[in-house]
Amino acid sequence: MNNRVLNYIPKDSFIHRLSGTTKLIIFLTFSVLCGLSFDTRVLIVLLLLSLLGFRLSKIKLSEIRLMSTFLVIFITFNFILLFLFNPDYGTEMYGTRTVLFHLVGRYYVTAEQMFYQFNVALKYVIGFPIAILFISTTNPSEFAASLSAIGVPYRVSYSVSLALRYIPDIQKDYHEIAQSQEARGVGLGKDVKLVERVKNAVKILLPLVLTSLQRIDTISNSMQLRSFGKNKKRTWYVKKKLTTADYSVIAFCAILFIVGMIVTNQGGSNIYNPFI
Amino acid sequence: MSEMTPIISFKNFSFQYNAQKRPTLKDINLDIYPGEKILICGASGSGKSTLGNCINGLIPFSYNGKIEGSLTVDGIETKNSSIFELSTRVGTVLQDPDGQFVGLTVGEDIAFALENDCIEQGRMIELTDHAAMQVGIEKHMKKAPYDLSGGQKQRVSMAGVLVDDVKILLFDEPLANLDPATGKGAIELIEKLKKETNTTVVIIEHRIEDALWENVDRILLMADGCIVADKKPQDMLRSPLLNEYGIREPLYLTALKYASADINKVEHIDNIRQLNLEKEEVNSVRDWYLSQQRQQTVNDNNYILETQDLSFAYDGKEYVLNDINVKIRKGEMLSIVGRNGAGKSTFCKLVCGFEKPQKGKVFFKGKDVTDTTIRHRAAHIGYVMQNPNQMISQIQIFDEVAMGIANIGLSKEEIQERVYETLKVCGLYEFRNWPISALSFGQKKRVTIASILVMGPEVIILDEPTAGQDLRHYTEIMEFLKDLNKQGITVIIVTHDMHLMLEYTSRAIVFSNGQMVDDKAGSAVLCDPELVEKAALKETSLFNLATMCGIDDPVSFVDCFIDCDRREREHE
Repeated sequence: MNNRVLNYIPKDSFIHRLSGTTKLIIFLTFSVLCGLSFDTRVLIVLLLLSLLGFRLSKIKLSEIRLMSTFLVIFITFNFILLFLFNPDYGTEMYGTRTVLFHLVGRYYVTAEQMFYQFNVALKYVIGFPIAILFISTTNPSEFAASLSAIGVPYRVSYSVSLALRYIPDIQKDYHEIAQSQEARGVGLGKDVKLVERVKNAVKILLPLVLTSLQRIDTISNSMQLRSFGKNKKRTWYVKKKLTTADYSVIAFCAILFIVGMIVTNQGGSNIYNPFI
Repeated sequence: MSEMTPIISFKNFSFQYNAQKRPTLKDINLDIYPGEKILICGASGSGKSTLGNCINGLIPFSYNGKIEGSLTVDGIETKNSSIFELSTRVGTVLQDPDGQFVGLTVGEDIAFALENDCIEQGRMIELTDHAAMQVGIEKHMKKAPYDLSGGQKQRVSMAGVLVDDVKILLFDEPLANLDPATGKGAIELIEKLKKETNTTVVIIEHRIEDALWENVDRILLMADGCIVADKKPQDMLRSPLLNEYGIREPLYLTALKYASADINKVEHIDNIRQLNLEKEEVNSVRDWYLSQQRQQTVNDNNYILETQDLSFAYDGKEYVLNDINVKIRKGEMLSIVGRNGAGKSTFCKLVCGFEKPQKGKVFFKGKDVTDTTIRHRAAHIGYVMQNPNQMISQIQIFDEVAMGIANIGLSKEEIQERVYETLKVCGLYEFRNWPISALSFGQKKRVTIASILVMGPEVIILDEPTAGQDLRHYTEIMEFLKDLNKQGITVIIVTHDMHLMLEYTSRAIVFSNGQMVDDKAGSAVLCDPELVEKAALKETSLFNLATMCGIDDPVSFVDCFIDCDRREREHE
């Protein structure tokens, strides 16, 4: 069970001490702002803040190497594909065309396209660290409580917690089932052809679903017998009380969001256009 | 007693599940009084779990059906109540300690009911800590479920219902899934909680010898949806009812019967620790022992399976198996025992090639097979998992069994021939065109065994083949395995069932903490208190009986009993 890609990395830092609710608000503020804004100035401020957050969390790059590698590969591919599919999108967006050089056929590298793609990459570079930061500094136990605090019904938010609880079990089931199927000729190893491997993986689904259904029956009985769903609200054993630091951070997020949106929408469009 | 008001009262109570044609509980009349401790036993399908589910409100609020008559719990008519109202009165500990662990940590799981009751955080932590102390789990509050043993998880479940200050504690097969020593601990803890909290306790369990380790007030025997007997433990054990209804009576009791001792005269017949034998009974036992003839087994040195210094670590660092050296003879039927997490299953996985050892070798018929693939090894050594649902991936029985030989270049006719042959061996031939979903648990188990046998292995390893089975199904599965063994297949069984080990296997390999700590006859294992302690097993009451009667060779006494028992049952 040590191979989980995303996990909580317990440390004592300013970010770790914030309540889950606050971290969720930071995460949402950044994601929404980052998603809506094409204003490079706003994005750069967000980037700096997210790097600052990372620094404060004391999480080392080596601890999230897998995710960072994935991020670099993803952005590179994304950059290339964006250009291949529509090399003139930047021109349409900014309304000008400054050709830097010609590649082949219809592929001209324009300053507008490069600037557009730079902005997209920037969004990912902001979004990923914030997501990783949220996941690796929030105790999974606090997830459900923090979702519930921002108004998500507890029945929904608790299912997040349950999923986290049962992922290791289901992984273990899957592993065991796969081994026993392999013994009967249903191969999933590298020596089996890809098509065959996919077909065989499907064969594992039935036993996996059956065992999972058994689990669900037990869990739901156990939950009902301990009053889950009795009241409209519930309290949380692990919920952290909001401190001054939390309130300040939340206030800062609110201001950041408002200022960010105003700056972004200056001149009636969410694009910062250096070409006009 | 009669002047007290019962805390649980069934009056002409019947229940029929919506999906069933006939009622599962029929005309139950039963009063349980405050402070009583009741043991409910019965074969599978007798309705004992259904009865428990009526008390805690899962029936009718989670499992729908038709109720007739009345059931009051703490003065409340259950059908007019709700599962929530009942759950503050009845605390239920379900059978599967792992599956009912809802929280991400011990503390959260214990606090679960309090969270749902909107208890304020400060008070909640106080109550949770208190309940954790009661069951002795307070040092592990931040641990996740997969860092806990089965016994620890069960303690968490108990604490999780104690936080509610319930009046009734209901345990549904608390001994299933636990190793023998942990099971004993669970029974002791239940007694301790009952004394401390003055609750009424209802235990549903068919392993009555283990459940009777601590005293109970009454035993209810259920069969076919009815309560067929409701007696004090002494009276129940002296009556022939348990045997008639397929419940295994305590072994020491059977032994006393074989020795023709007068069990009506024995005091405290319901508890091996308090059993009081008079001189006359002691003499009957001794005479019986001396009259028995002992068989000597002949051992050859024809090993089919050997391991040499087998060591393994899942993460490459922490070894869960260390230098295991095992030799298994062709045609043997043996058991592997030891505490949960001692390395039994890991050992089997290494033998079957599911995992690769860091160190050491596996030999099959003297040939080194350490580096062969799972698939290659499966043709010689078959592995049957504990839960049949984890193995079954087809809808039809025929397809499921045929799967293992589908891709080895046989013609359609050859496949059919081999599948039919295997189905006949497994007594499933008449079901060959049935869907698997129509089979009982025991039959499904057979399908999984058939799906392994079809590949023609010479060794078959089974993980807990009889877990959760009543005496009839247990006997059915084990006799079937014995038949296979007689046909020359080497059978290795991983089990927590001490009786299975004694009754069916000639030898037991004992694991503890990743090491093989012993390898001898089951009777010798259970008469070795030090080993019993080390491997989390439980002494057999036959050992206690032998000691009580001053028999100097308890191992031989146990062997005599097993021989005699086998002959008696073959007679029947």
